[in-house]
Amino acid sequence: MMLSTYIAGVGVLGPGFANWEEAQLILTGKTPYVPSRTVLQTPALLPPAERRRTGRVVKLALAVALEATTGADVAPAQLASVFSSSGGDGHNCHELCQALALEGREVSPTRFANSVHNAAAGYWSIATGAKLESNVLCAYDASFGAGLLEAMTQVTVDRQSLLLVAYDTEYPEPINAKRPVPDAFGMALVLTPERRPNSLARMEVALSEDRADALGDPLLESLRLSIPAARSLPLLLHLARGDSGRTTLDYLDVARLVVDIEPCR
Amino acid sequence: MKPLVLSNFTASSCIGLGLDETRESLRAHRSGLKPCDFETVDIDTHIGEVAGVDAVQLPAELSSFDCRNNRLAELALRQDGCMEAVVRAASRYGRKRIGVFMGTSTAGILQTELAYRRRDPVSGALPDSFVYSGTHNSFSVADYLRRRLGLEGPAVAVSCACASSAKVFGSARRMIDAGIIDAALVGGVDSLCLTTLYGFRSLQLSSSRPCRPFDVTRDGISIGEAAAFALLERPTEQVSGDDILLLGVGESSDAYHMSAPHPEGQGARRAMQAALAAAGLEPGDIDYINLHGTATPSNDRAESHAVTSIFGPTTPGSSTKGATGHTLGAAGGLEAVISAIALREGLMPGGVHTAHVDPTLTAQYLRENRRAPLSRVLSNSFGFGGTNCSLVLGRAG
Repeated sequence: MMLSTYIAGVGVLGPGFANWEEAQLILTGKTPYVPSRTVLQTPALLPPAERRRTGRVVKLALAVALEATTGADVAPAQLASVFSSSGGDGHNCHELCQALALEGREVSPTRFANSVHNAAAGYWSIATGAKLESNVLCAYDASFGAGLLEAMTQVTVDRQSLLLVAYDTEYPEPINAKRPVPDAFGMALVLTPERRPNSLARMEVALSEDRADALGDPLLESLRLSIPAARSLPLLLHLARGDSGRTTLDYLDVARLVVDIEPCR
Repeated sequence: MKPLVLSNFTASSCIGLGLDETRESLRAHRSGLKPCDFETVDIDTHIGEVAGVDAVQLPAELSSFDCRNNRLAELALRQDGCMEAVVRAASRYGRKRIGVFMGTSTAGILQTELAYRRRDPVSGALPDSFVYSGTHNSFSVADYLRRRLGLEGPAVAVSCACASSAKVFGSARRMIDAGIIDAALVGGVDSLCLTTLYGFRSLQLSSSRPCRPFDVTRDGISIGEAAAFALLERPTEQVSGDDILLLGVGESSDAYHMSAPHPEGQGARRAMQAALAAAGLEPGDIDYINLHGTATPSNDRAESHAVTSIFGPTTPGSSTKGATGHTLGAAGGLEAVISAIALREGLMPGGVHTAHVDPTLTAQYLRENRRAPLSRVLSNSFGFGGTNCSLVLGRAG
């Protein structure tokens, strides 16, 4: 079975671009890429009680998910979802480990509830009323590829429209020295089984043993290699250009994902 | 969905290593819970610890994966010919044609917790011996297993809190349906650590006594650890009556609260309905329900409500968490294997430690073992973040 879907919406947020519109200008060379710290906003769509509790990873995931679903003009409640992250909320994890290393070991109940890898998916579901299936994955550096493969499979096999969110944020020290992720990067796609009037492109994905494509711009290539979710950049480059073609994306050490993309125009 | 066969399955928890010990404990209505003596933990609670995990040695070439969680995975892999069955499947289908889908909530985070006690007093650095990728990271257990077994297909950790290792069946089912793989090693591994022991205490969700699902005095969970695996394949003509099939998977989200279920169990209800629909079955086709049954007041109330709304008050169900403890990210896999044992044995395992079933809970709750031929069993797993997954398993004949 060919894994084939249509892309209806894109969200992206990272060091030096605040949204898909800015990223498109950078990826197509219309504006130079000037890396700067990723700016994360408190998600307005969460109820105030939940809003106070969210860390960077939730802000990141909700921002790109909201951009993609808004752009696709799809109600989030109609979408299943796949969230994929290489590490979850590193700051929250650090605070918990620090508390557990102290006398008394008093951990914050909110921090503990937020420590689950599916925290961002849970908050997204609460914020938008999305009640369909939601899967939350981790495959270390292969997390974007694993998320894309899971999402493509679900849309193709179950004929279910779906939101894919891939997102990573940094750990603080001392874990950062063991797992250096320099900043936050997130991306989201709304995928549908059938073509819609506002579909951006058709995409086919298959396993491959080819090498992953690099990006020509050394700064963007450095970003691709340093944050797992940014392994998606060659795909976003094709979408930004609006051209048809093939790109090979990083996945596991033993496999890559080859993507054939064709714009809907 | 097209049924898949569990061509090999195994589980190791505090009630036993492998199927034989697990079956014996279920027959004997035995619990593996004990007062907490784990590591330096000073909490008045009970735990379900797997015996012998500390003594397990990983192969030298995989020493960067060494942690309690992967030792538990290795220990479980050695039971019931699981490792050999996967290796045989790899030679039959090709090592690229087998996927690995592992549920875990905390993986080897214990390693990080211990490393934080040994930070450099000047720089604050973690000790050199600490390896993040092979231990702490959620993927570590899936990565360990694919390397241990020489598999080169898709591999992923599913980390949806306490529904993780039920949801892996759904991911594997889709990928086999799509023809990307021919077989999948699915399951879950979660091990005792300070994060969950102190974390559930902070939420006042752990009991000081052995947990008592559906009991009128239930007051929280007992944390356990487990590793459970199943090898999923398309059924062949050789499938016999004793073989266990995955018939349906149903998933849903509560969209309600991060750490509390919807009070009427609406998400749980939708997951069960979806699993029945995927299996093409009616509620009356289910002979026994292995409940999520964590023994917190609100979880059991919500689940009972949801179960009764679909099955009425007569379909027998029980939670095996009074025996095994709540094994969190491994619970879905463990309880799928217990469901498979139930089907093979014609044994509905009564809920251990539950003395007086809460009369306000309307679902039929079994306290004692009951023997009867079983054709189809439903298993529930629900987690933080409002994530729900139900599985339907059945005998092939």
